[in-house]
Amino acid sequence: MGNDLKAKKLYITIDGYRMEDKFSGLDDSIKIEMLRKMYQIRHFENETEQFIIRGMIHGTCHLYTGEEATAVGAISAINDDDYITSTHRGHGHCISKGADLNIMMAELLGKRTGYCKGKGGSMHIADVDSGNLGANGVVGGGIGIATGAALTCKMKKNGKIVICFFGDGAANQGIFHSSINIASIWDLPIIYLCENNVYGMSTSVKEAFNIEKISDRKCAYGIEGLTIDGNNLVEVFNAVSHFSGECRAGRGPVLIESLTYRWRGHSKSDAQVYRTKEEIRQWVEKDPIERYKRILIGGEILTEKEDKDLEKEVISQIEEASKFAMESPFPEPSEVEDDVYA
Amino acid sequence: MRELTYLEAIREAMQQKMRKDSRVYLIGEDIAEYGGAFGVTVGMLEEFGKERIRNTPISEEAIIGVATGSAITGMRPIAEIMFSDFITIAMDQISNQAAKIRYMFGGRAKVPLVIRTAGGGGTGAAAQHSQSLEALVTHIPGLKVVMPSCPYDAKGLLISSINDDNPVIFIEHKLLYKNKKCIQNVPRQMYEIPLGKGDLKREGSDISIAATSYMVQKSLEAAEKLSQEKSIECEVIDIRTLRPLDIDIILDSIKKTGRLLCVEEAPIFGGFMGEVSAQVSEKGFDWLDAPVVRVAGRNCPVPYSLVLEQEMIPGASRIEKGILDLLK
Repeated sequence: MGNDLKAKKLYITIDGYRMEDKFSGLDDSIKIEMLRKMYQIRHFENETEQFIIRGMIHGTCHLYTGEEATAVGAISAINDDDYITSTHRGHGHCISKGADLNIMMAELLGKRTGYCKGKGGSMHIADVDSGNLGANGVVGGGIGIATGAALTCKMKKNGKIVICFFGDGAANQGIFHSSINIASIWDLPIIYLCENNVYGMSTSVKEAFNIEKISDRKCAYGIEGLTIDGNNLVEVFNAVSHFSGECRAGRGPVLIESLTYRWRGHSKSDAQVYRTKEEIRQWVEKDPIERYKRILIGGEILTEKEDKDLEKEVISQIEEASKFAMESPFPEPSEVEDDVYA
Repeated sequence: MRELTYLEAIREAMQQKMRKDSRVYLIGEDIAEYGGAFGVTVGMLEEFGKERIRNTPISEEAIIGVATGSAITGMRPIAEIMFSDFITIAMDQISNQAAKIRYMFGGRAKVPLVIRTAGGGGTGAAAQHSQSLEALVTHIPGLKVVMPSCPYDAKGLLISSINDDNPVIFIEHKLLYKNKKCIQNVPRQMYEIPLGKGDLKREGSDISIAATSYMVQKSLEAAEKLSQEKSIECEVIDIRTLRPLDIDIILDSIKKTGRLLCVEEAPIFGGFMGEVSAQVSEKGFDWLDAPVVRVAGRNCPVPYSLVLEQEMIPGASRIEKGILDLLK
């Protein structure tokens, strides 16, 4: 009886697209793993905030707090060897793609044990071997690179796909247009995932766009596109699962707009004069972690106690990462010109 | 051996690499049926097909972005930017992305990318299709910059550039492409000319001339004339690779001659030869009998009218005057 139910596919509709509810068919362990990843991002960012307050971050950081469901939902829906490109708000993507928290934290503190040997910092964490083609300090800077990675997948026929993350601000850069157009004419296997978190630094999407949905731009390129609730992990997972299948079948690219919100300021030096506390409060009520946790507990996949234990485990893992980062050595000044080839 | 034009030598380098290595492909505007704005890629679509001769919309920023992304994931793209003036449209991708990735990621990524582009004036194409923008790119750590002056070098340097794991800006000169005066014997087989090595194009003992690209040909012209008319023997050094720069070949030459004239086509202010001049002053001051002198483009955009264009861009007569002044 139970097996019959499991075998039956459930269907859902997201923004007019009917698709299989792949989430419901997942093993419980995978569902719990996604919650763990969300906690990792949340607590990594909390810890980073503490480092900022204590003056231990030399540059700046852009925190992903509040947007966890988008990165975790999307990246959990693709294969480990698929590619992503990330943004200047990239810690969430990096953690979702399986980055080592110790090595990430070491990079933030400018240590030689970091992902970039202390040469990149928060905005340039990359792990090319694991398919993470890098965060990017330039708004929209990764869109062309992601498109090129998708061209590699197509030319090598390796069955891989790419998720290109970028923000609402990047959707008004020229590279957005020229890259998506090329991906469309060449049928490249790539999901353009626009994280609409309401503000490009201080400028609201209301000021920056004269269209209701960024995904409406799909019409300009003759591709599929939709807008999803980016704070609902289940919806993000299902949408990306469906369209990653489409991309693998040669029916890419696609433009997905994921509606979410950053709880913290743009960077460490943002007085947030452009938004109200009330607006932030309303979005905090839509906390993606709280929502997802309720789904798991309600579905008896996880008990309240198991949830608390999971979060505690993550917190101690983050403490361990901080310890590793703080105890790691800084690079030697003599290393400054290493890895420059011209 | 048979004689090839500069354009044919470049095409042959690409064809031979593409036959050997399936990761090498071309991406750019009007490079397929049309064969490229200057005809460099004529016939390549027929041999390699649309998958590897990737004709794009007019989107320079995306061309370099796509090429960069494919390079870090295992391909070896050759991107063609039709006129070097248009690299400015792709400058974020060149300067902030391709040039930085390897260093910024702590050496954990490779960017085997060649950007081929046509530079220089003398074609009456005026301000937006005639510039020599090499100083813009030589200033950016992480980029290699190559400017071949003849067919033999063009083939060997392009093969080395394709084999290199770092982004190379390969600037060709429009007046060399089909120049009958510059046809050369070019070996049929593949060969490499190492990046970072200059070349003595003419030996001489009276004065050293360091030049780039088409200005090497103009310098040789001036040198021949002065040799015949006044028995002045100029040593002409083709810099070939602007970055990494082979400063030693220039220093070795001034040890012999004591005088250096630098010749480039770009406007003199902030030009690449300012770097050469500074390095020679710092490292070779003791051997110099006179200050380093530059003959370069005038400090204005490239004008249209032939009269004005010839005034802006140095020719053999201005080089000749520069030599004679320096020998006074």
